[in-house]
Amino acid sequence: MKKIWIITKRELQAYFDSLMAYILLILFLGFSGFFTWIYGSDIFFIKQASLEVFFNIAYWTLFFFIPSLTMRLLSEENSSGTIELLLTKPVSNWQVITGKFMAALILIIIALALTLPYYITVANIGNIDNGQVFSGYLALILFSAMYISIGLFTSSVTNNQIVSYLLTLSIGIFFQVIFLMLSSNFPGLLGRTLSYLAVNTHFESMIRGVVDSRDLIYFFIFIFLGLVLSETMLIKKRYA
Amino acid sequence: MDIIVENLTKKYGTQKAVDNISFKVKTGEVLGFLGPNGAGKTTTMKAITTFLLPDNGKITVGNFSIYDDSEEIKKHIGYLPENNPLYENMPVLDYLHFVANIEGVEKSKMLDKVSEVVDICGIESEKYKKISELSKGFKQRVGLAQALIHDPAVLILDEPTTGLDPNQIIEIRQLIKKIGREKTVILSSHILAEVEATCDRIMIINKGRIVADGTSHDLRKQAQGKEILKVTIEDGDINEIFEALQNLEETEMVDFIEKSSSTFEVQSKNNKSSRRAIFNLCVKKGWPLTQMTFVETKLEDVFRELTMN
Repeated sequence: MKKIWIITKRELQAYFDSLMAYILLILFLGFSGFFTWIYGSDIFFIKQASLEVFFNIAYWTLFFFIPSLTMRLLSEENSSGTIELLLTKPVSNWQVITGKFMAALILIIIALALTLPYYITVANIGNIDNGQVFSGYLALILFSAMYISIGLFTSSVTNNQIVSYLLTLSIGIFFQVIFLMLSSNFPGLLGRTLSYLAVNTHFESMIRGVVDSRDLIYFFIFIFLGLVLSETMLIKKRYA
Repeated sequence: MDIIVENLTKKYGTQKAVDNISFKVKTGEVLGFLGPNGAGKTTTMKAITTFLLPDNGKITVGNFSIYDDSEEIKKHIGYLPENNPLYENMPVLDYLHFVANIEGVEKSKMLDKVSEVVDICGIESEKYKKISELSKGFKQRVGLAQALIHDPAVLILDEPTTGLDPNQIIEIRQLIKKIGREKTVILSSHILAEVEATCDRIMIINKGRIVADGTSHDLRKQAQGKEILKVTIEDGDINEIFEALQNLEETEMVDFIEKSSSTFEVQSKNNKSSRRAIFNLCVKKGWPLTQMTFVETKLEDVFRELTMN
């Protein structure tokens, strides 16, 4: 556990030192704030005391920002050669993977925590459903964790950060859009499977306030899958 | 800790980087790996540090096997990889603290160990800087510092003095010699003089195979079958002297070293010495013999002979 935290701490420090963290926070909060409160289908337009508007905006802002967070996690180690030093230290592959995963997740959680003023504002001007807010934020965290996990994997297969970014988007777009689109074209079992694989299915349900075990399992499966595949890539390095 | 390598083989695709190598390194020994680029030095080192898994062979460090006890082995090794990879954006002190933490150095000893290693490696003046701001020599020292910080029994240093200026090279050498007294050290280099100065034993590797193994003295003796002399003979016609030297019974080969100062290199036949004959020749002809010294077989020549094919 302690070793995982050592790695997480270092990665977080790197995010803040490189200003990556600040840029992400400013852009994320800026976009979210703008589209939640000012422009388009904003809260005042919808006229409902709910944060659904924000959750749906975040569905897209996180989709584009998370790969930029994860793209350097392993590809930079690969290109600079520091991966060789890291893996010859008394720390396991799993601890390295988990440590880096946690760092990105903590940064996202900080970003989400900074949107709490949205909640406080709406709670003060309307009758807000606290349960829905809770499950909505939970959805965002799980959604983020899933994409971080995918992003970590794409970072592990390349030494080029841009390739990692694009690969994450390419894989993500299936979950984000394509599976759902396809599911409406296919009836029966195939259609239902595609619908289950689409992240929107589970996301929508949770931001409406429903915390269903099927949705939680979905997220945990893909979080776990991404981490395991990342570890496999690290193991492959030793066989060169 | 002793290191025992048995029948190590590693291929990259179809290319055999390391071909059935076996050797031992004892505690307190400083072993130098010498070899042309691509000889297999780095691959062998990566296998010992458990980074690469060999295709074949056994390696034990202490009594631990790289297959079964790699976690344990990693605790006892300090490794400086080729190209000295570092986290460029971290300040030196932060980086050393990070490594100390990862290596499991106890919290209570951490500050002491870090300042100790900063002191040993001479990076006191740079310790607050970001690693990217350091010169190559200081980056190399930081790399060495992170390898030492947990006081490992084994040090694996891959080309530790590449790119350093002559002063820094001498300092690092002295550092390695000092540290090497109680630890088992393997270091690789192309710089023969350095390997000779720092190492107790030298192993020359070429195309994945060991072609020589011994102290520098042993290696020289092996190659030096023939006596080679540098002589300066004055007051005569250069070509006449040349011919006269060549006609001596004991000499095999004569070469001009410097025509202006009338200096020659004389190589004798196997197991023969030309010194007396040259002296007598000079006396007979009345040529002052102003210099006669042995030319030691340079390690460079041993190296070339063993690795050029």
